[in-house]
Amino acid sequence: MSDVVIRTGQLSKRYRIGQREQPLQLREVLTRTLRSPLRLFRRAPQETFWALKDVNLEVRQGEVLGLIGRNGSGKTTLLKILSRITRPTSGWAEIHGHVGSLLEVGTGFHPDLTGRENTYLSGAILGMRKNEIDRKFDEIVAFAELEKFIDTPVKHYSSGMYVRLAFAVAAHLEPEILLVDEVLAVGDARFQKKCLGKMGDVARAGRTVVLVSHQLNQIRRLCHRAIWVDSGTLRQSGPAAEVVSAYEAAMTAGDRMSPARGNGAAQKARFVRWEIAEPQGSSPHTLQTLGPAKVRFLLEVHKPVCHAHHGIALYNAERQLMWGYGTDNLDLEAGLHEAIYEFPSLPLRPGMYSWLVTLWDESGAVDLWESVPDMLVATESYQHARDEWGGILNIPIALKIGACAEPNFAAVAPRDGSPA
Amino acid sequence: MGVETAAAAAPLYRIEPPRGWLEVRLREVWEYRELLYFFVWRDVKIRYKQTVIGVAWVVLQPLLTMVVFTLFFGHLAKLPSQGLPYPVFYFAALVPWTYFSTALLSATSIVVENQRVITKVYFPRLILPMSAVLSGLVDFSIGFLILVGVTLGYGLRPGFAALYLPLLLLLAVATALGVGLWLSALNALYRDVRYVMPFLMQFWMLASPVAYPGNLVPQRWRWLYGLNPMTGVIEGFRWALTGHGQPPSALLLASAGMVLVVLVGGLLFFQRMEGTVADLV
Repeated sequence: MSDVVIRTGQLSKRYRIGQREQPLQLREVLTRTLRSPLRLFRRAPQETFWALKDVNLEVRQGEVLGLIGRNGSGKTTLLKILSRITRPTSGWAEIHGHVGSLLEVGTGFHPDLTGRENTYLSGAILGMRKNEIDRKFDEIVAFAELEKFIDTPVKHYSSGMYVRLAFAVAAHLEPEILLVDEVLAVGDARFQKKCLGKMGDVARAGRTVVLVSHQLNQIRRLCHRAIWVDSGTLRQSGPAAEVVSAYEAAMTAGDRMSPARGNGAAQKARFVRWEIAEPQGSSPHTLQTLGPAKVRFLLEVHKPVCHAHHGIALYNAERQLMWGYGTDNLDLEAGLHEAIYEFPSLPLRPGMYSWLVTLWDESGAVDLWESVPDMLVATESYQHARDEWGGILNIPIALKIGACAEPNFAAVAPRDGSPA
Repeated sequence: MGVETAAAAAPLYRIEPPRGWLEVRLREVWEYRELLYFFVWRDVKIRYKQTVIGVAWVVLQPLLTMVVFTLFFGHLAKLPSQGLPYPVFYFAALVPWTYFSTALLSATSIVVENQRVITKVYFPRLILPMSAVLSGLVDFSIGFLILVGVTLGYGLRPGFAALYLPLLLLLAVATALGVGLWLSALNALYRDVRYVMPFLMQFWMLASPVAYPGNLVPQRWRWLYGLNPMTGVIEGFRWALTGHGQPPSALLLASAGMVLVVLVGGLLFFQRMEGTVADLV
């Protein structure tokens, strides 16, 4: 008997382009059918693309496998097929064992229900039996550190509390095979660490884990093996450190074939890479200082652009805009250009961020580039220990509390504003 | 516990492209019965939490309709009521009808409402419309208790005929589920189905003997009328509770046959849709 628990053969998934924008009105379908009844039996020619093409994959019992690749490369589609959310167009997959999938934090949570009720509901949706939840309930609540609020409706929770509870439920899933998509990128750094620890325990307990993540260091740390998925096919597979390095190298070398952008030649200009130029640390995409930092973007200009506008935006993992800036009237000759942003400080709370850099000229957008890879902020936290009071800025404050050196101060400027 | 033993006992799932129409996986629904229970439990909890008056609303809705019907159809229009006091006549119809219409409406929208969950976790999608139909039974039970109270209050004593009630209820549940499967699948595929629903429910109520006795329908159209399963259910409810009115006839069997066809067709159609719905969201 082999110990392979997941095996796929020529697994493929085809989507129709614009499937989401289909008419989807019964009325239209009916009138069309009435006008030409035969059309119903004829397949309208539609543009399709393969989100996944001929994927052959084997995962062994107890293995922790990382899937990496650009957005839209097919990682999530693969997870969705393996967790039976969607079905393949052709090919097959065989799975030995119960599968738990964790594609979102808080699956099935309902705002009107209490923490306790949501724990049961979400647990059941994720595949736990009732007696299993009964048994683990106290442990889950303790893990989430929500003992006092467990009977409060979750709509009154802060986002941090919500995420902690959702995670705690998910972390206590014990299927033989666990499929995880990017969900470890939320929550505060301390709680993330706790979850990573829990994931490590799961792996050590002999369970099989397939993990999708953009946080390459997480993949390096947790996974035995990694697979690089590119345009729906498996580009490279091997020891995690090796594959992650190859992927990183390719990404920073400007190996981008994102379908949203044209290929290099047709474009007047395009951003090709970014890095933290100063201070230089272990990785050019990890920010480890709250002091001055220089961030550099490289722009390849193929044809001169005039009166151009260049914009920059910084988003956090929840797609909240942290900061944006724009510059007008740029004239750029052909060649390689760089834009260096000097920040006295980037006071961001630890987590994942992404840059969006854009270039526009009179005819419209020349290039819009979502930075690859994301920026990991791994600085010391100067925030309230309670997540919901931490806020979005991580300001390196110094605080002194002691006897007041000017005893008359209170009399000079009384709090109620009335003259002394 | 040894990992080997766990792996040996582990189920094997084979994932393949959808094939053909005939693929109903009812055994899987049984395996997921706990989740079905949790969906019903969630529906009921949320319903009673969200409305300020909670349970009172469940009672008031059919009760107020009964009062309106009694006043307008009964005392003003003087429609016949098979010798029953108007409140009993109408309430005995409104309790099963309210159950049916609520269950059908919530079954229709439940797949769309749960699209977020559907795209994130696997479970047999069939348990969604099933839970919608089952959770309506809680409201029904409350309504039914009041119905029994009203009936007894008017001095009517149900006889052995009352033993038919579970069967009639089953027919109503099966009808709501059968039609609900079709409509929830259609609703997931076409966004304009929900605009048709209010009209459909109104039409269906008029085509059922809720506001009038079924024997007003001419004899030669009775067979067509009987194809509407709710005709049998409502007339059956009146008869089973009070002994007055039409006892179930061969028409009820025709209704049951009809429901069976709709239900099996609904199961096949729903499972056909199930394969694509996660991609449509």
